[in-house]
Amino acid sequence: MDAAVPPMVRLQGVSKVYRRGSVEVPVLESVDLSIASGAFEAFMGPSGSGKSTLLNLISGLDRPTTGVVEVAGRDLAQLSDAELADWRSAHVGFIFQLYNLLPVLTAAENVELPLLLTPLSRAERRRHVAAALEVVGLSHRRSHRPSELSGGEQQRVAIARAIVTDPDLIIADEPTGDLDRKSAEQVLDLFEALHHGLRKTLVMVTHDPNAAEHAERIHHLEKGVLQ
Amino acid sequence: MVPLYYNTRSLWGRRLSTGLTVMGLGLVVFVFAAVLMLARGIEAALSAGGDPSNVVLLREGTDSELGSFMERDALRVLSTAPEVASSVEGEPLAAGEVVVLVALPRDGGNVMNTTARGISAQSVAARPTVRLVSGRMPRPGTNEVALGASLLGRTPGATVGGALRFAQQVWPVVGVFTAGGGAFESELWADGRRLGSAFGRDGPSSAIVRLSSPTLVDTFIRRVEADPRFTLKAQSESNYWEEQATALATFIRVLGLFVSFVFSMGAILGAMITMYAQVASRIAELGMLRAVGFRRRSVLASVMIESGLLGVTGGVLGALAALAMRWVDIRTLNFQTFAEVSFGFAPTPGILLAALLFGTGMGLLGGLLPALRAARLSILDALRA
Repeated sequence: MDAAVPPMVRLQGVSKVYRRGSVEVPVLESVDLSIASGAFEAFMGPSGSGKSTLLNLISGLDRPTTGVVEVAGRDLAQLSDAELADWRSAHVGFIFQLYNLLPVLTAAENVELPLLLTPLSRAERRRHVAAALEVVGLSHRRSHRPSELSGGEQQRVAIARAIVTDPDLIIADEPTGDLDRKSAEQVLDLFEALHHGLRKTLVMVTHDPNAAEHAERIHHLEKGVLQ
Repeated sequence: MVPLYYNTRSLWGRRLSTGLTVMGLGLVVFVFAAVLMLARGIEAALSAGGDPSNVVLLREGTDSELGSFMERDALRVLSTAPEVASSVEGEPLAAGEVVVLVALPRDGGNVMNTTARGISAQSVAARPTVRLVSGRMPRPGTNEVALGASLLGRTPGATVGGALRFAQQVWPVVGVFTAGGGAFESELWADGRRLGSAFGRDGPSSAIVRLSSPTLVDTFIRRVEADPRFTLKAQSESNYWEEQATALATFIRVLGLFVSFVFSMGAILGAMITMYAQVASRIAELGMLRAVGFRRRSVLASVMIESGLLGVTGGVLGALAALAMRWVDIRTLNFQTFAEVSFGFAPTPGILLAALLFGTGMGLLGGLLPALRAARLSILDALRA
């Protein structure tokens, strides 16, 4: 890594402990991690190994019990809940296993959602939405609702939603977990295109070794410890 | 802000529960608006009888013409006061009137109490709003009666050419009149002396005095009350009829608003259940919205707006249904005069606005707890739902 370029993600001594009643359950232990800007990295590990928790910390959805999480040069611990929400909308694109599209909105309206938090005009939002749908190859499906799309198409709409604000970081939590092999490959090809073509930083959690193969670097987590 | 079309389509997606909730809210708004319109209708019907230039004379200590009895001399003296207007023939526009209740048969074997007014020569001239719509006014010295328009067809013989029976006499109907929608339209008018003798009254119950100008009303009232020869109470005719309306209108308003309040609790609970169900079925969606950057307050506002939409729709439907009631005519007993009065539902912009606000308020109250729940959801828990 070029020492002059600060990493996109930097974790230092990060631990996370959940409390179940009076019992403390450690999920992550002293994780140190650095992900370069423009990298495509995958996290693997068995269920309960802490990989989703790690993803939540990096994306600002959760806060560490101890340690520092810095993303795009910002220490997330310094941000209030509302500031963190604003920060996420400006810097992070989310891709979930179950797509999490709003079923009553069309593909284009779903993609437009994060743009509603920006000062862009309606016309500008339309242009961004068209471009994002073009990238994922779904311009012809812009007026369709999620129930009228296949699983693979829904996930591509979710990817369009994740990139429409041109975020620094794209977070994908089991993005192919609910897809057939062919759809999964299409999604992973898209990730590679985003990585190589648009130099996006992608962080993916997956159980699927074939999916992980597409990443530049694969991290393994075991019982909350980064191997 | 979460887009409004997300809310409207989500509500449309659950058409059945949305429709039932809106109907519940609409029903309460209907009751609320109808009651206010009814109370307003009573006030309008009774107070429309008042003319700002007229003064009603009653015996001191009485509140209505039915319980009043005045000396004939008093009117003769007071009608010479300078404030009193004159007819084209030069006669003072002052009329002593006998007011009694008559029981008339109604369909179904019931009896309705009707105010019968025994008029004198200047009674009609003193009331410019009174207009004959058919036939003529009763001739002096006969049993003829003219009916207020609301009485038409209400009792056997209540039509021009028919005849009424009361006080063991027959009273031919010779005319029908209107009175600007006022209480006189629920009365029957006959010759004062004939009506008085039929009911054993040898003097007027009250008197109506028309003044040259509404500005003279206070002067004339002071003159009457300052005169030690009479024990009379004088008040403007407008005030008199407003007072007649007050008790009944207030009773209906208070009872109706209480019923609306009780019903509204049920409607608010209905809206709350609907909105809880909406939130419960969309937890993952709300979690996604929070994850991509929508703040808690945006989610709170979105759910509140959605339940507010339920309330607005219910408010509009309820107000429209209440508006349709303006074509319904109602008769009831005015327990201040014991006579039946006829009136309609009187919508006003203020009542319609209040109905809309009431509906919206119920919707928002019903949505408050579900909205707080939605806003307080942990993003991670919501995304896992």
